[in-house]
Amino acid sequence: MLKKVTTAAAALALTTGIASPAFAELSGTLKIFSDMSNPAPRAVMEKMAADFDAMHPDLDVELTIIDREAYKTQIRNFLSANPPDVANWYAANRMRPYISAGLFEDVSDLWEEPEIAENLASTKGAMTIDGKQWGVPYTYYQWGVYYREDIYNELGLEEPTNWDEFKSNCQAIIDSGRKCFTIGTKFLWTAGGWFDYLNMRTNGYDFHMALTNGEVAWTDDRVRETFANWRELIDMGAFIDNHQSYSWQEALPFMVNGEATAYLMGNFAVAPLRDAGLGLDQLDFYQFPSINPDVELAEDAPTDTFHIPSGAENKEAAREFLRYVVSADVQTEINNGSNLGQLPVNASASVDDDEMLNQGFAMLSSNSPGGVAQFFDRDAPAEMASIAMEGFQEFMVFPDNLDDILARLEQARGRIY
Amino acid sequence: MTEAAYSQSRGREPRPRDGWIHRNRQTLAPLLFLAPGVLFFLFYVIFPIFESFNISFYRWDGLGEPRYIGLENYRELATDRAFEVSLWNNLKWLLLYLLAIPGGLFIALFLNQTVAGIRLYKSLFFFPFVISQVVVGLVFTWFYDPTFGLLNTLLEGLGMSPVNVLGDPTLATYGIIAAGLWPQIAYCMILYLTGLNAVDPEQIEAARLDGAKGWRMLWHVIIPQLRPATFIAFVVTIIGALRSFDLISIMTNGGPFGSTRVLSFYMFEKALSEYGFRMGYGASIAVVLFLIMLCFIAYFLWSMYQDEKGGR
Repeated sequence: MLKKVTTAAAALALTTGIASPAFAELSGTLKIFSDMSNPAPRAVMEKMAADFDAMHPDLDVELTIIDREAYKTQIRNFLSANPPDVANWYAANRMRPYISAGLFEDVSDLWEEPEIAENLASTKGAMTIDGKQWGVPYTYYQWGVYYREDIYNELGLEEPTNWDEFKSNCQAIIDSGRKCFTIGTKFLWTAGGWFDYLNMRTNGYDFHMALTNGEVAWTDDRVRETFANWRELIDMGAFIDNHQSYSWQEALPFMVNGEATAYLMGNFAVAPLRDAGLGLDQLDFYQFPSINPDVELAEDAPTDTFHIPSGAENKEAAREFLRYVVSADVQTEINNGSNLGQLPVNASASVDDDEMLNQGFAMLSSNSPGGVAQFFDRDAPAEMASIAMEGFQEFMVFPDNLDDILARLEQARGRIY
Repeated sequence: MTEAAYSQSRGREPRPRDGWIHRNRQTLAPLLFLAPGVLFFLFYVIFPIFESFNISFYRWDGLGEPRYIGLENYRELATDRAFEVSLWNNLKWLLLYLLAIPGGLFIALFLNQTVAGIRLYKSLFFFPFVISQVVVGLVFTWFYDPTFGLLNTLLEGLGMSPVNVLGDPTLATYGIIAAGLWPQIAYCMILYLTGLNAVDPEQIEAARLDGAKGWRMLWHVIIPQLRPATFIAFVVTIIGALRSFDLISIMTNGGPFGSTRVLSFYMFEKALSEYGFRMGYGASIAVVLFLIMLCFIAYFLWSMYQDEKGGR
């Protein structure tokens, strides 16, 4: 287990002495548990903690960084047994178990402050359950189709704007001896991304949300329509073979080698693709095109968050830290290309000058009128998500099993909700 | 102490040897020495078993209040297809894993000779057991890789069509069992090698004089003498088969679409993984797994008890 306690640099705070009078004097200890364990996020988190510590000379910031995967199970223990003052988590339905158990603090008061209410409006929905807000976001990123620009140019293809172009592009790519999409479904969630987009484009955001909330039957004809669209791609041979054996990282080489030309993924795939040698003129991004022209475009943009456990001891300092994290300057800083390389949640913050981030930001702020979803496994309850994503994987390998899969999901829906 | 009591106690002239502790020291000493072990065993093994039985009657997410639902979890298990698949896979593991015993025996017989450098060969054969199961899983995953794997390179070289062993729901479990057999055969081999050292040369001599050789010698003279080694090999193989968790987790993560799950993995998924936290349901799977194991444990204990009796 990766675990490291970074103790507060009290000396630094004393020597620099830049306590701003604008802030109320905070004292005591602020314990932060974070899951930002990958190298870049880790540096961001450590810097935020150190800066916040320096701003408040009487306050000791104690940061504990826990491995991101291990965190997902440990949070259950520490929230009830040894709650910190601030903890990382995810937005939407992923918060629900902790809210129902009364382990997260209601921070609706923060969201009433104009500074946050005005600038964070776009993510308010994702932080709201039962009419209250339970935390603040600190970063999010777009999903969409990352494609090999050079291969598209070679084949004379344009970024598709509707479903027919999408399919005809794909046919042209297949005819050139390549696959349209790489994907690795070993860990299931990548297939959830495809379902999210196909369903939101076929039936719209509201339907998608109703489905993930268990209000619509999985055997509904509209759901079948989504799968019918998906099946068109599968029958064309659009996806790489044997995707069920690969993780999402293991699926990257197919795109780097040019055996597949595109990847429906989150923006985090850009860094490894560039590291693998794809240049600026080889990699580009387009929004998943419209399928049903009657529904508004909606996007997946998973949001990572900070929360205050209800058992926290220093809630005053914790609230101040949350205000600090979402402030425009900090948002600009931590989300820039040399740090997280993602999108800031604060509307007054500026987006780093990066080809993908700019496109993603423009897409989410102006071309996603339908709404912004979190991701299948964050919008649906965990158990439904795991059963459904397993069904999606099976569908992608054996599309003929659809009836059986949908019946199974419907049975699970009856039990879970 | 009052004067009377004082004189009374003096009157009895108690000698230290008469103390209760002293009288019972033959019983107490072993009990005291056993106590730490027994306490830990009670707390960490026996108590959790009963606690699992108890939790399996509740619906509980590990955070909120558990709700008593009687046998509801077991009723759900009866209709749960994923559970059925896991149960069958456990059976496949149990049966096919036993191949490690004859496999280990034949390698042991093969290596039980005095040639220059035999120690090196023995250690090479034992090597897979030394490396971690996780590494074995990774090595076999790469070996089976449908695009770059050695297996498919070989098959293509022989002019056969490639197979995606771990991606095919009908083959994946067998692929993992094959990976598991590799270290398990090595383990059984080591057990038999030590067993072969204890084979009585005089009996072999006598059998040879009577004209036994080859298979008859093996079956009627050697194998009966290897009975203790066979018993241990059987025990460790059965336990190994029921514990088959790490290989599955590394090689397929239960997939494709849940076709390689076994009970222990399914329990973990339902109760403790990222999408799980149905503690009651997980506990009911654990109870079923425990009952299956109990059959074997009862047999092992009974068999050991018989041996002890015979030994006296």
